[in-house]
Amino acid sequence: MPSLDPTFLDLPAAALADAALGRARELGVEHADFRLERVRTGVISLRDGQLENLAEDARLGLAVRVVHDGAWGFASGIERTPQAAAELAERAVATAKLSRVLSSDPVRLAPEPVHRDASWVSSYEINPFDVSQAERVARLAELSQRLLAADGVDHVDVRLMQAQENKYYADTAGTVTNQQRVRLYPQFTAVQVDVARGRFSQQQTVAPPTGRGWEYLLGTGWDFDAEIAELPELLAEHAKAPTVAAGRYDLVIDPTNLWLTIHESIGHATELDRALGYEAAYAGTSFATLDQLGRLQYGSQVMNVTGDRTAEHGLSTIGYDDEGVATGRFDLIRDGVLVGYQLNRQMAEAHGFGRSNGCAHADSPGHIPLQRMANVSLLPAPDGPSTDELIAGVKRGIYIVGDNSWSIDMQRYNFQFTGPRFFKIENGRLAGQVRDVAYQATTTDFWGSMEAVGGPQTYLLCGAFNCGKGQPGQVAAVSHGSPSALFRGVNVLNTVSEGGR
Amino acid sequence: MSEQRTGSAGGGIQQLVERALALSTADDCIVIAEERTEANLRWAANSLTTNGQMHTTKLMVISILRGADGASVGTVSGPVSVAGADTELTALVRAAEDAARAAGPADDAADDAAELVPPYEPNGDWDAPAAVTGIDVFADFAPALGAAFARARRDGVLLFGFAEHVMSSIFMASSTGLRLRHDQPTGRLEVNGKSADLTRSAWVGQATRDFTDVDVAAVTADLDRRLEWARNRVELPAGRYETLLPPTAVADLMIYLYWTASARDADEGRSVFSARGGGNRIGTRITEQPLTLYSDPAAPGLQCLPFQVTPVSQDESVFDNGTPAERTDWIRDGELANLYRSRSWARRTGAEHRQMIDNLLLVSSQGSKSLDEMIAGTRRGLLVTCLWYIRVVDPQTLLLTGLTRDGVYLIEDGEVRGVVNNFRFNESPLDLLARVSEAGATAPTLPREWSDDFTRAAMPVLRIPDFNMSTVSQAS
Repeated sequence: MPSLDPTFLDLPAAALADAALGRARELGVEHADFRLERVRTGVISLRDGQLENLAEDARLGLAVRVVHDGAWGFASGIERTPQAAAELAERAVATAKLSRVLSSDPVRLAPEPVHRDASWVSSYEINPFDVSQAERVARLAELSQRLLAADGVDHVDVRLMQAQENKYYADTAGTVTNQQRVRLYPQFTAVQVDVARGRFSQQQTVAPPTGRGWEYLLGTGWDFDAEIAELPELLAEHAKAPTVAAGRYDLVIDPTNLWLTIHESIGHATELDRALGYEAAYAGTSFATLDQLGRLQYGSQVMNVTGDRTAEHGLSTIGYDDEGVATGRFDLIRDGVLVGYQLNRQMAEAHGFGRSNGCAHADSPGHIPLQRMANVSLLPAPDGPSTDELIAGVKRGIYIVGDNSWSIDMQRYNFQFTGPRFFKIENGRLAGQVRDVAYQATTTDFWGSMEAVGGPQTYLLCGAFNCGKGQPGQVAAVSHGSPSALFRGVNVLNTVSEGGR
Repeated sequence: MSEQRTGSAGGGIQQLVERALALSTADDCIVIAEERTEANLRWAANSLTTNGQMHTTKLMVISILRGADGASVGTVSGPVSVAGADTELTALVRAAEDAARAAGPADDAADDAAELVPPYEPNGDWDAPAAVTGIDVFADFAPALGAAFARARRDGVLLFGFAEHVMSSIFMASSTGLRLRHDQPTGRLEVNGKSADLTRSAWVGQATRDFTDVDVAAVTADLDRRLEWARNRVELPAGRYETLLPPTAVADLMIYLYWTASARDADEGRSVFSARGGGNRIGTRITEQPLTLYSDPAAPGLQCLPFQVTPVSQDESVFDNGTPAERTDWIRDGELANLYRSRSWARRTGAEHRQMIDNLLLVSSQGSKSLDEMIAGTRRGLLVTCLWYIRVVDPQTLLLTGLTRDGVYLIEDGEVRGVVNNFRFNESPLDLLARVSEAGATAPTLPREWSDDFTRAAMPVLRIPDFNMSTVSQAS
């Protein structure tokens, strides 16, 4: 098991926290919390087998958030001296005073047990930053060259994103946590160009981003050698696939595609801050308003969805959130009915939920914690069918693998998704690829049309590095587990005719 | 004006840059430093929700090692504090050199494209302290906002929104002796007004350099007018409609087109700008309208970085850092005129280096009408407020999808008759340019969808005779 990075532990976190929290107390705050965070990120990209860029970045800073006279105040900076930390507390109180005159209801926080000197490290084997850059580049180049050498592959893009996050948190109640997590997102794209016809086609790996280390590229949790080996044939078939006839189809959707639909139409829609309108001017609100809790029929009976910040290798997984709340797993949708929301401490208190379920997160020391997404996952049926068995139940349909473009409205009703790979289903069997597919639906209609979910053998934890929310914008990584699932009679568009061609 | 405090690092970010260069043992080195201060206010339902003041100093070191096989590059960036400056700087420079050693020859380091930009007449006062901002930038704005909240409560309107001011001071130095600096203010205001029952919603946005040109009363008056329009509600089915796209919507679509305008992608056959039979579409006609799409670092009110800053090579190249930026027409009088490309790609293809510039303008040589005049000239059509959640559906045609947001209004006989349901659209910005039937006068605008990354735009209202509203969205 990896342990906390000693180079982070060497920073004078406790002394800075004492200075900031002490000054905040002197200024009469009701609550103050302090974070010292370091976020280390790396990007390696190759184009056609040649290294394009090798870059590393680190953000290191401290943040003080206060509740003063019922109003929030926040300040962050980079100077790591007790005096600078105390000044941040003063600046946070100053912004709280300014905001007080523009605020209405006083801020109160849901109670949380004190967690003293807690530490937590995510589940990975090899920190990617401990592997030499030359070795990392060599592995990507090797896989890239293999793809490029294949027939019908004209261009190959490779991009690897890596991150290591260290968070020290302390608050005036006495909670102190020290946490570390690692994540990785490798993606390979193969492109075929038909110069004469002025057309191009592409296929990318569907390997999900993951809360694992470098071992992920060496065969733990995913077989990249196998996926790279089958990509050229998938691309060749995709390039010459017939265009889809628009209309209603039964869809069997693979977890590599369905995770994104879960993210957009359930994950964001069950964020209570959205349902309450805090994001109304930006990310948007939610059709799943608080008055419908316990009543809204979100989907069919087979639909069960949880929020979970403890799933192993989940990108949103952590021990304690950015308000010192111990994380857990909670129900959002049970038997198709909305039964819960993702919360932070202020909303949990204001709306009678009791304790927060631990969804506060700030993406950097420079940002205030917002309610951010837990790993929101669709549960498999315990003895559910395999993907092949789901396909066997479809007379005329499409099997969708991998994600591509996504778009959903600001109340999370109307969405449209595409993907890289679509296989025609005829009389219960796959019958080759089609292309130019998009599926478009309204959230509750779509989940209402879900006839069956696959068993645990079809379940996969997928996700994203780039979920955006808030102003100023924050970016968070989050995973979504899903089985394969069968939907009846979904509207499929032909994207070529949509373009008026 | 923004608050004039001195930046961090004892007022000497320039010294950190020089020190980093001096520590370099690589064959060449580029150091880019950013002193960044931010202040923001956010509100929902007539009450402030979050706010903050942020400050960070970041240094980026690009190390270049030259060998028989070419040049290799490593880029490492990180924060530098006063307390830890020496150790942090040494660690950054050594890490960048290690990365360069691990990297192997860079693809964009061919021939003399790998030479760094030589020094030239500096554009600003290198030695002057970094410009900064703080919460005081809202000294006049915050009380006006408070007054707007009070009016909104009285009128049964809910205001949501965000005000942000960022000051980014960039310092670039290289081992060739190049020294460049630029202070970039970026501000924006977004206000969303809703009726108390949340059935009516309107939006107004504005980009600003310093908040002195923000008139809160004018913003809320515009919101009120739109909320009044929305009192009459008309349901319309999906279909193709004559549509007036306002400057913010045009900006969001044109910015996507601009981001896609990589010459290398086009030359390799991987883009909507690729020509059948090979090569790119430069010189081909995009539209019959006399439209020019361009970027200009000196555009009044939209001034932006006058030299290239490229931390990592992707479609652009780190070797081009510091190249002076100049006005570039992407589409000129309806014809595709330029695509962006690095010096390296320019050399390989016998073309000219074109860098991306942080603003975008679309102008019609015949465009003179205001939005109200274009409404008056509409027999039956839709007026969009803004677009949202724009994503590529098909890169081959640059087909984009997205939604209308915060008000689609029905115009009949030159007047707004009421509000219509929202729609999901599927359209390519290139196809739209080909079908524009009228373009209005160009005005500064805040691109709503991309304003986190791109705020400097000026666009006309465009009339599209047959905009593809693909499906109805129930969102209001």
